[in-house]
Amino acid sequence: MDMISKEHKKEKLGFEETELRLGLPGGGGIVNGDLVINGKRGYTETVDLKLNLALKETGKEENSQKEKNLISCSNDSIKSPYKAQVVGWPPVRSFRKSIMAVQKRNSEGGGAAASFVKVSMDGAPYLRKVDLNMYKSYQDLYGALGKMFSSFTMGKCDSRGMMDFMNERKLMDVLNGSDFVPTYEDKDGDWMLVGDVPWEIFVGSCKRLRIMKGTEAIGLG
Amino acid sequence: MAYSFPEEVLEYVFAFLSSHKDRNAVSLVCKSWYEIERWCRRRIFIGNCYAVSPQIVIRRFPEVRAVKIKGKPHFADFNLVPEGWGAYVYPWISAMVRSYPWLEEIKLKRMVVTDESLELLSKSFKNFKVLVLSSCEGFTTDGLASIAANCRNLRELDLRECEVEDLSGHWLSHFPDNFTSLVSLNMSCLGSEVSFSALERLVSRCPNLRTLRLNRAVPVEKLPNLLRRAPQLVEFGTGAYSAENQTDIFSNLVEAFSGCKHLKSLSGFWDVDPAYLPAMYYACTGITSLNLSNATVQSPDLVELIIQCPNLKCLWVLDYIEDAGLKALPSYCKDLQELRVFPSDPYGAEPNVSLTEQGLVTVSAGCPKLQSVLYFCRQMSNAALITIARNRPNLIRFRLCIIDPQAPDYLTLEPLDTGFGAIVEHCKELLRLSMSGLLTDRVFEYIGTHAKKLEMLSIAFAGDSDLGLHNVLSGCESLRKLEIMDCPFGDKALLANAAKLETMRSLWMSSCSVRRCPSSNVEVMDERGHPDSRPETCPVEKLYIYRTVAGPRVDKPNFVWTMDEDAVLRLS
Repeated sequence: MDMISKEHKKEKLGFEETELRLGLPGGGGIVNGDLVINGKRGYTETVDLKLNLALKETGKEENSQKEKNLISCSNDSIKSPYKAQVVGWPPVRSFRKSIMAVQKRNSEGGGAAASFVKVSMDGAPYLRKVDLNMYKSYQDLYGALGKMFSSFTMGKCDSRGMMDFMNERKLMDVLNGSDFVPTYEDKDGDWMLVGDVPWEIFVGSCKRLRIMKGTEAIGLG
Repeated sequence: MAYSFPEEVLEYVFAFLSSHKDRNAVSLVCKSWYEIERWCRRRIFIGNCYAVSPQIVIRRFPEVRAVKIKGKPHFADFNLVPEGWGAYVYPWISAMVRSYPWLEEIKLKRMVVTDESLELLSKSFKNFKVLVLSSCEGFTTDGLASIAANCRNLRELDLRECEVEDLSGHWLSHFPDNFTSLVSLNMSCLGSEVSFSALERLVSRCPNLRTLRLNRAVPVEKLPNLLRRAPQLVEFGTGAYSAENQTDIFSNLVEAFSGCKHLKSLSGFWDVDPAYLPAMYYACTGITSLNLSNATVQSPDLVELIIQCPNLKCLWVLDYIEDAGLKALPSYCKDLQELRVFPSDPYGAEPNVSLTEQGLVTVSAGCPKLQSVLYFCRQMSNAALITIARNRPNLIRFRLCIIDPQAPDYLTLEPLDTGFGAIVEHCKELLRLSMSGLLTDRVFEYIGTHAKKLEMLSIAFAGDSDLGLHNVLSGCESLRKLEIMDCPFGDKALLANAAKLETMRSLWMSSCSVRRCPSSNVEVMDERGHPDSRPETCPVEKLYIYRTVAGPRVDKPNFVWTMDEDAVLRLS
């Protein structure tokens, strides 16, 4: 825990090595560009967990917009990236968020109320809750999960912009390339890999989510 | 003592005091007044369930009939308080079961309520009448079944925006056939379909029913039958408000609504088919409260409905109303007191509706009684805020959410400091303020100088330094609740104002720059481990400070640490 040498590191840190990737064991992930840190949380600092499955890259526009913002970022004004989702902002109750999403999804007639499921990540003490009705696709969901768990996986910055590497065990896990795999418990109580079934069917059958360490996910799906 | 009033006289006088503040003041006059007051206090309000313990409450007030308890901090509404943090009601219920057998009323907000708690209360309080659960979670429809089955004298079952695990709609059928005392039923947050025949029979046999808020699963075809059985209704919430094309539905609805001559409040309106809205027009003359925040209809249809309500006092609506719709309010709804405009697409990058600051400016100009505002929009200017402040110095609540964080004045690109400064300067009775947009330390100078009556302040992505927080803590004399997210405030302001924190109910700070905290009633929430296990320079994730006489919590989860006295000494 050599704090002194870390204090001397003024240059931006290369995050490619330490980035957490969601994917099946052996796969590569989509990597974000360099991150700029200035002590404020902001969405520019959260890292996306991107699942490495054969999905269309709808996130391309999002990434290039993010890079634009990162380059022009200064301490005084942080512009929000396209469709950024920071936990707690905007301050809208969960049941209200799903009105729009459900409206878009349902053709007519009464749709389901909010569909909350608990989300756990191996090693993280906090559980989260998501309303699956808020998302239109797996990509949407992964983006949200990534931001929710980012402070845990990537640590936080202190006021001088240094990454927190004090939890060595976490760092080692990430560096080992041990990927995280999202799994879910369905209505029958079985644990499945997320992404196998069409999105609507998934929303209807998912009871809870668990983001497992890749090494434990062998044997599923 | 020979010269004082007999106890019975004082008790009789105290019975006229309904405000908690008054009751508390009276109890401080002298020892005998304290004693008399505590024996005759029937209603208790506990603003923070961890500020006091059930045992302390029961010891002081032995004859309580109604309790209201609040649990999690407000930012829990936006998922900022982790799962498992606390605010369990069970210890309160089990203590009250032993000591308040005649308890009639329980009202809870942001608490975790289990089926076990509900079952226990339903079986223990023989005269139980009122259960209001606001933004609570942790229970299933089985718990509701216990309430329905066992609370023979139940008057109110009000579930407001709760997260309920919905196993089935069968709970409603547990109300016994001889149960007739229902006055208020709000099941709007539930998903499952209840038995319509059970619902109709329940409504028929409860002649005092004045509030009925259905859930989305009740289709519009069922409404006429229900309304015909309850023409005395004062508050009504529809379910899904659309149907396949059936011509008699519309005429049935018209007939049913026109039979309801006492309606004052309407809500519900999921999945609205605008063609069915006019069916309600006959019921609208008496309407004072209209909640259209689920209604995804466009402005013309919305406005057509709203202008049927000349006595409207409270309007909740989605931003589909647009500036054009808001312009109609001063002409048709002059008595408007409260306006809430919610975002239909809060995460969209581009605006999907034509709602700007102009809508709010128009309403502020034309509705002289407007005192409470919650407004989501995508652009704001200092000029607009100054105009609003000058138009409406009688504002009491002003909550503005500009969706893009740190958005500047869109005309001048300056911070919105002067705009919000005008609000606090002109609105001298302002009790609650939520700010957004680009804000520097300047705005907190204004707030500290002018917002003397302010009780609750919510800040996000604002300020430059500790000076901002210091101005608020040192200047806002009436401040009770302060909640801050993502601001560069650190230890200095907290240390300098430690005494102030004792006069407040609570302070929440998340994603700020606080490293160490000044007092002992501090909770630190951090997933990454105990604060001491990380470098001193690293800020904590979340901080929640509140005053308490109950000592440190015994029900903390593993990610919450309370700072002890040693930590305080180490700091100084």
